[in-house]
Amino acid sequence: MDAATLTAGAGCPSGHSVAASAGASVDPTAFVRTDDSGAETLELLVQGARCAGCIRKIESAMLALPGVSDARLNLSTSRLRVRWMRGRVDARTIADGVTRLGYAVTAFDPAEGQKQIDQEGRLLLRALAVAAFASMNVMMFSVPIWSGDLDMEGSTRTMMHWWSAIVAIPAALYAGQPFFRSAIAALRHGRTNMDVPISIAVILTLSMSLVETATGRHHAYFDSVCMLLFLLLIGRYLDHRLREKARTAARDLLAMQTKTAVRIAPDGRAESVAAKALLAGDTILLAAGERAAVDGVVMKGASELDCALLTGETLPTQTKIGDTVHAGAINLTHPLRLRVVSPVESSLVAQLARLIEIGEQGRARFVRIADKAVRLYVPVVHTLAAATFLFWAFAPKLLNSVGVTSIAAISVHDAVMIAVAVLIITCPCALGLAVPAVQVVATGRLFKRGVLVKSGDALERLAQIDTVVFDKTGTLTLGKPRLATMLDAATLRAAAALARCSRHPLSRALVDAAGPGAAARSSAEVAGEGIIGDVDGATARLGRRSFAAPHAPESQDDAAELWFAHGDVAPVRIAFVDELRPDAKLVIAALNKRGLAVEVLSGDRTGAVSEAARAAGVATWNAEVRPAEKAARLEALRAAGRKVLMVGDGLNDAPALAAAHASASPGTAVEVSQAASDIVFTGARLGPVIDAIDTARTAQKRIRENLTLSALYNAVAVPVAALGFVTPLIAALAMAGSSLLVTLNALRLQGMRAWTS
Amino acid sequence: MDILAFLIPAALSLGAMGLAAFLWSLRANQYEDLEGAAHRILLDDDDLPPRE
Repeated sequence: MDAATLTAGAGCPSGHSVAASAGASVDPTAFVRTDDSGAETLELLVQGARCAGCIRKIESAMLALPGVSDARLNLSTSRLRVRWMRGRVDARTIADGVTRLGYAVTAFDPAEGQKQIDQEGRLLLRALAVAAFASMNVMMFSVPIWSGDLDMEGSTRTMMHWWSAIVAIPAALYAGQPFFRSAIAALRHGRTNMDVPISIAVILTLSMSLVETATGRHHAYFDSVCMLLFLLLIGRYLDHRLREKARTAARDLLAMQTKTAVRIAPDGRAESVAAKALLAGDTILLAAGERAAVDGVVMKGASELDCALLTGETLPTQTKIGDTVHAGAINLTHPLRLRVVSPVESSLVAQLARLIEIGEQGRARFVRIADKAVRLYVPVVHTLAAATFLFWAFAPKLLNSVGVTSIAAISVHDAVMIAVAVLIITCPCALGLAVPAVQVVATGRLFKRGVLVKSGDALERLAQIDTVVFDKTGTLTLGKPRLATMLDAATLRAAAALARCSRHPLSRALVDAAGPGAAARSSAEVAGEGIIGDVDGATARLGRRSFAAPHAPESQDDAAELWFAHGDVAPVRIAFVDELRPDAKLVIAALNKRGLAVEVLSGDRTGAVSEAARAAGVATWNAEVRPAEKAARLEALRAAGRKVLMVGDGLNDAPALAAAHASASPGTAVEVSQAASDIVFTGARLGPVIDAIDTARTAQKRIRENLTLSALYNAVAVPVAALGFVTPLIAALAMAGSSLLVTLNALRLQGMRAWTS
Repeated sequence: MDILAFLIPAALSLGAMGLAAFLWSLRANQYEDLEGAAHRILLDDDDLPPRE
């Protein structure tokens, strides 16, 4: 690495994201892919890369490593692909190189990487391009026919029709594939879907227009078919892209869970293996700062564990030989040697994952509003078209035979043409755009405000909620202890010097409060007790009361505390609080104002929960709740007919997140919880939750308006078509007009005012 | 109207060229990283160290 990159500030040079602290390094060796020519490739998920500066910083640092032939960072997917010659450099150096620049990295399973290319999206885009080309060029022939209708000779018109047919027929057969395929699949299973009337309309219209052209008649609908496919494909592609985005987000989160572990082989050698390769009975080394990937029993060492993400407990728990360490716990102070008791699949995390699955099955029963509309729509259209044909084919003759001559009898050919016009005019262009257009605008708007919405139906569910349940630690609060005692500058500086030698969360809070400074010259950490060291030539102790100040009286409140003893000075008590998010109180008030019931459900101690609930202004709270009980509480609320939005961040919240009607988690949440949530919001504020609810509600309103518009359009257009007044010109205008109308209505969402605290 | 015999194929082939260009760009992964491409324009090639 060159000097320039070493001296550059950590993280994004434009300050778009906060630099990741240089935590425990990852060893991605298990994820390297080797090809025949001896080149090795590694894909890393880089968090925090946002701008051109990040691209240059990361790519040039990688290319400066010996043997690296190619390094490319994809900003859209945050993936860095590095290729190098085997033996010149190793995977660990590469990952460390990126970590040292201030970006967090995760290795990507190569099998996952290959699934990336989105074949279906490609096909839709190609079909969309072909349909766009065809509809523009057929319009070139149609406009002269419509405008020159009066003085165009029949032969010129027929030539124009033939040209249209040459362009439109192959294009429509190609661009119609997505619809034909899905229609055939549905019919094979004895069902119908929206694609059945679309396919019938396309094929029937093409063949009727061909007959019209061949017999030199007036009306051919080639332009309508192309435009129909073009507009429908836009809706289809938008919808697909939303789903694909959600899928990619979920896949990235899953990939982040493919953790590695350091296994101690029987001969004493340490090797890095993928966590899923671990078996019961293996010995692994859990370094300080690392998160356990599997459940294990401590064989050697004593340390403190941060189980906040597992249980919601803010204070670290002590662990010694014989204790069980659950997957997801972070080892804070001393390295531990663990014996694996259960492989990844049966660890606590995996059991939680199963609970999540059960919850998500419930969610799969949710019927999207578009599907509801289609269920109503398909039989109506089929019946209308068939009825129109039957009426025109038989009714006039019948009426004439009984003496009513006001309706002239028409040929079967003309009756079919009228039925085709009904099919074209009712074809659900506006319906196909009504929902995806709104959802794309809504998710795009939220994305800009730091809220990632993982699916379109998440917005629909979010709009329906009437109750919000918050987890406490890390959701309502920041999940990080903050110094609450006022200390004089000298004491703070001395205590921070010692605290800099520890990873304990309370020590870190102390360091955060003190700002930059020197670390103690020598120090030793006593597991579960505290840290002892030399500060300014005197012995200093920082830790539990029993360790640092055995003679001091016990404190009255149960706040998190550290004691600091320095030389001969009397020991000082340093208290910490887990602070509420800055806008928590305002957000709760805003939720109440919107008529939503709010409650807190936490695994933490009763005292801490009641305190936080009171400060945030929440009347209903439950403390010391276990993960399964959280899910049970959500189930009980659902049984009572409530639609709940669960907001949580811990592993213990994941089952509840999945069981809720809609769910949200902050960007600091564990991966499992993010995967189980519908929306993920970033930043220290809770405000995005309100923003998401408001946007979802407005989006739902727009969707309803759009569906109403399409219904109104059909109510006007269908009678006109059934009476036989529709010409190709009217069909084209109606189709384009209604689609434009719903799109413009969707865009109105862009101007919506955002909630600010 | 004889001119149509020349103009129509000319118009269609121009359109077809645009379509072909789009399909090529799709196949050549030009849309893989839209965000990155927007930023990369700001980078000078000589900022990067020479490749081996």
